[in-house]
Amino acid sequence: MTALLPLVILCPLAVSIILLLSRGAMPARATCGLVALGMGLCAAIAVTEAVTFLTGPASTGALHVVLWNWMHVGGFGAQFALTLDRLSLVMMLVVSVVGFLILLYACAYMIDDPDIARFFTYMTLFVASMELLVLSSDLLGVYVGWEGVGVCSYLLVGFWYHERPNALAARKAFVVTRIGDALFLVGLLLLATGVGRLDIGSVLAIAPMAPRPAIALGCFLILGGAAAKSAMVPLQTWLPDAMAGPTPVSALIHAATMVTAGVYLIARLHAMFLLVPGIMFLCAVIGFITLLLAAGAAMVQTDIKRVLAYSTMSQLGYMYLALGCGAWQAAIFHLVTHAIFKALLFMGAGSIILRVHHEQDIFRMGGLRKSMPVVFYAFLAGAAALAGLPLISAGYFSKEMILTSAYNVAPLFWLGGVFGAFLTSIYIFRCVFITFWGHERTHPHGRTTIVEFVPLVILAVLAIVAGWVQTPEVIAPMHLFSTLLAPVFGPLPEEHGGGMLLLIGSIVPIIGVSIAWALYKPRHKAPVPLETPWTRTLRADWGFDALYDVLFVKPYFALARLNRGDAVIGFFGAVAWVTRTGGAMFAHMQSGQVRRYAGWIAAGTVLALCLAV
Amino acid sequence: MFALPALIALPFLGGLAAWLVGLRNGSARLPWLVSLLTLLLEALLLLGVTGMTGGSGWRGHFAMPWIPLFGIDFRLDMDGLSLVMLWLNLAIAVPVLLTSSREIKERPGLYHFLTLATIAGINGVFLSTDLFLFFFFWELMLLPMFGVLLIWGGEHRARATLKFFIFTQGSGLLMLLSILALVFVHVQETGQLTFNYFALAGTGAMSRAAFPIMLGFLIAFAVKLPIVPFHAWAPEVYAEAPNGGTILLAGILGKTGAFGLIRFVFELFPAASAQIAPVVMAFAVVGILYCGWLAVAQDDMKRLVAYSSLSHLGYVVLGIFSGTRVGMEGAVVMMVAHGLSTSAIFLITGFIEERTGTRDMRRLGGLWPAMPQLSAFAMFFACALLGLPGIGDFVGEFLTLLATWHVNHVMAFFAAAGSVLSSIYALTWMLRVFYGPPVFAGEAPLGRPVAGVMWTLGAATVLLLVIGFFPQPLLDLSAPAAPQQIVSLAGGAR
Repeated sequence: MTALLPLVILCPLAVSIILLLSRGAMPARATCGLVALGMGLCAAIAVTEAVTFLTGPASTGALHVVLWNWMHVGGFGAQFALTLDRLSLVMMLVVSVVGFLILLYACAYMIDDPDIARFFTYMTLFVASMELLVLSSDLLGVYVGWEGVGVCSYLLVGFWYHERPNALAARKAFVVTRIGDALFLVGLLLLATGVGRLDIGSVLAIAPMAPRPAIALGCFLILGGAAAKSAMVPLQTWLPDAMAGPTPVSALIHAATMVTAGVYLIARLHAMFLLVPGIMFLCAVIGFITLLLAAGAAMVQTDIKRVLAYSTMSQLGYMYLALGCGAWQAAIFHLVTHAIFKALLFMGAGSIILRVHHEQDIFRMGGLRKSMPVVFYAFLAGAAALAGLPLISAGYFSKEMILTSAYNVAPLFWLGGVFGAFLTSIYIFRCVFITFWGHERTHPHGRTTIVEFVPLVILAVLAIVAGWVQTPEVIAPMHLFSTLLAPVFGPLPEEHGGGMLLLIGSIVPIIGVSIAWALYKPRHKAPVPLETPWTRTLRADWGFDALYDVLFVKPYFALARLNRGDAVIGFFGAVAWVTRTGGAMFAHMQSGQVRRYAGWIAAGTVLALCLAV
Repeated sequence: MFALPALIALPFLGGLAAWLVGLRNGSARLPWLVSLLTLLLEALLLLGVTGMTGGSGWRGHFAMPWIPLFGIDFRLDMDGLSLVMLWLNLAIAVPVLLTSSREIKERPGLYHFLTLATIAGINGVFLSTDLFLFFFFWELMLLPMFGVLLIWGGEHRARATLKFFIFTQGSGLLMLLSILALVFVHVQETGQLTFNYFALAGTGAMSRAAFPIMLGFLIAFAVKLPIVPFHAWAPEVYAEAPNGGTILLAGILGKTGAFGLIRFVFELFPAASAQIAPVVMAFAVVGILYCGWLAVAQDDMKRLVAYSSLSHLGYVVLGIFSGTRVGMEGAVVMMVAHGLSTSAIFLITGFIEERTGTRDMRRLGGLWPAMPQLSAFAMFFACALLGLPGIGDFVGEFLTLLATWHVNHVMAFFAAAGSVLSSIYALTWMLRVFYGPPVFAGEAPLGRPVAGVMWTLGAATVLLLVIGFFPQPLLDLSAPAAPQQIVSLAGGAR
């Protein structure tokens, strides 16, 4: 069974290489078949591995597969090795299964694109990198996957490279996350120097003995890397622009997997983070601020994908809040449910966009409920899960789990989280009501194919029922998920104030949906987006983008442009100029006239005498 | 026994043959074939040398008296470091000759001779362990390069050549003074006149004049590499040289500076160079950031790559001057990976220039649909530039950063920030050249990819991936041998 584990990475990688080498010569259908086969195999192996692992003797421990020694110099060593424990198992399943469904969907979505082979080359390479990221037992190996997914994200955001904005968005996404990656890299340098190796086991074992400031700095740097990858404030500006990529890309990379890599990383290193409460608190605060800012920005977006992008940021904020509160299980639980319902929402949005001539403005849609019922119900299930409608949605249970833990750390976090949930239910149902109710403003063409339906329906069902694996004590004594992760994170702590919090948490989304209905229910007049200076600022990400533009981007390019000729070269040029002109000047003195020489000698003597006296 | 001198003589003689063949019938094809044959023979020879010598330390020796009166020998020794550099030199020679077959129409025979003579000189630099001989080869590799620049360079070639000449000869003079001073000190202390590297290694480090002598070497190599602020010649020379010359300059010629830093600065004067290390490392960090920043503002593709190249060499310097084994080996990996990736990028820019007639990025754009394969390679090498793990450059970058972190946290932090800047310029290059709406649509078709170029790029890709994922053999091989190791060995023999 250990022999099978590398295949989870190899299957998508092999597909990617085959597609790359085929240089686009493969017909679209064959490409899709190959992708479906490779990803299906990957998902099947992942599930088999998971089942055998959980039923096997080492089910509470970890399974190690050493692939090869990467480098070994001086006192430092790194290897390519995989670890399967219960945490990486959950992540592997999310990446493989959700990834399989999204790539299946993408087959239908991209079938008419002439560059479909290039698309799937990137997509499968992404899946392989992501699997490496979650399975690697060495932090340097994690970094390989980490950068790999970053590059794939860049390639896919800029997939339609003909349009300059897409290319710019791609570059922005990569550079902003690279800032975090550099921090992460420095964190790795710190850990490697202290520990001598970077495999997670050794790092976690040595961390408690290490000096606290060093650990704090290491955690801070890793948090920085994670935050940039997950689009947390203040490095969040890249995610909304990253929606320039094809919609399946948004579903897979910018909702379900890559952006949650940071959450996984911190959960993976939770034993180290527990040593430094200050960094934990910072993590919670970052999550808290992001969840509120992003929810606010989502309220006024007009582009359906941007609504979802901001909601992703906001939901990731919940996860960071949970991490900061030490509620590891809750964070991972929300990661899983979010992967399901956000992928569902993006794919629903993608189906809509395909049918309405690539229109993305929700105010130009409307009345789509009748023309595309399956998509409608699927989207509704996703929206319900995102809003956290009580009992019938997966998001409800995971969000409640986070809110309860937040309450136990600081009631303010809970209050903000509930307010965020309130905003969430308003903005997503604003989107639902405008898009699916009222008059048809763009007539949909074509049909949604069966290949799109299958993943939509599966995920829609999951978005409804997946939450039941872990319910609050008050509702039912169901703790499958926390029991699953207990060997990694330890048992769930005691909850306080469960019933009352739960009640408030259940009512708030319903109120939110009602308000959304009151505001955006179908009327005679077509709805128009609110246009005030406030909403414009909000829509533009609270002005962060403009601020960074003025503070960093413009000066960086403008000053570089100014110094294009390189001042250092200029300096040497000046030296050369002085030499040349000086030479030319003094050459005139050498006139050959003795009288002049005598004059100069006299002048020099006088000057010397003057100086002497 | 004669394998080492043959490694130097073969390219020189092969080049001579190429010239003569070219003189007779004037076509470009024949000299090209002769050079290719020379490279093939050189590869076989190198393979033999690699296989012949096992173990670590000094792997091959050759010595015969040259000017006995002054204690000058024709002395060559090879350790793992020189072996790696010899292979790199050969690997770089392939794209150099490849571009020449398409680019050089005028006097191809002479061009091949000068290029191969440069390569011979570089091989000599990597092998010689007599300081006078080293200086001889140091000049020998530069002289033909001046010719290449002056005859086949771009519009402002005269100015660029003059700059190159002044900088390299000026610093070469400093090195000569340092060599003479070192020999003089040795004579004073032991009464023995010799230019032998191993003999001088003992006295040089102890001498009170070690610091100024070391400085002379350091500045010469810093100009060659180059380290900021001695880089003033580089962007212009890189831009003006013919593409083959640029590849030679950036891919391998600069590495002789790094090689010299290891062999002659660090191993001859360990204490003195440790003393100045913080200053040099600070310059390296400044260079990483400064050149990485300027790269993004360039309009000429070759200048962009030149600045990126300067930025990356900062990591090599950091690794060497960290004074740790990790840093030294990281620096060697960085040199190899950087040599391969930069040459590949210059090959790409040269190809684009050939097809579109310009290197000015203001007039380029949207090349991807027209040249999908070349663009895919460009993407890969852009990733190499920005230090994507899994590609050789990352291994070098990481190890040098790790070594730097040992020495100084702040410097390591700022050097790591260089990876943000490299991602900005690498992706800006992609953006301005390959992305966006096609500029050349409807105009003259850009034509089919050339098999030779594609195979070379493919080979570079594979090599970089192998170094990226399996760097261990290279790391084991490339450890420089200490001069002390041979002192006992030679002493026993005499």
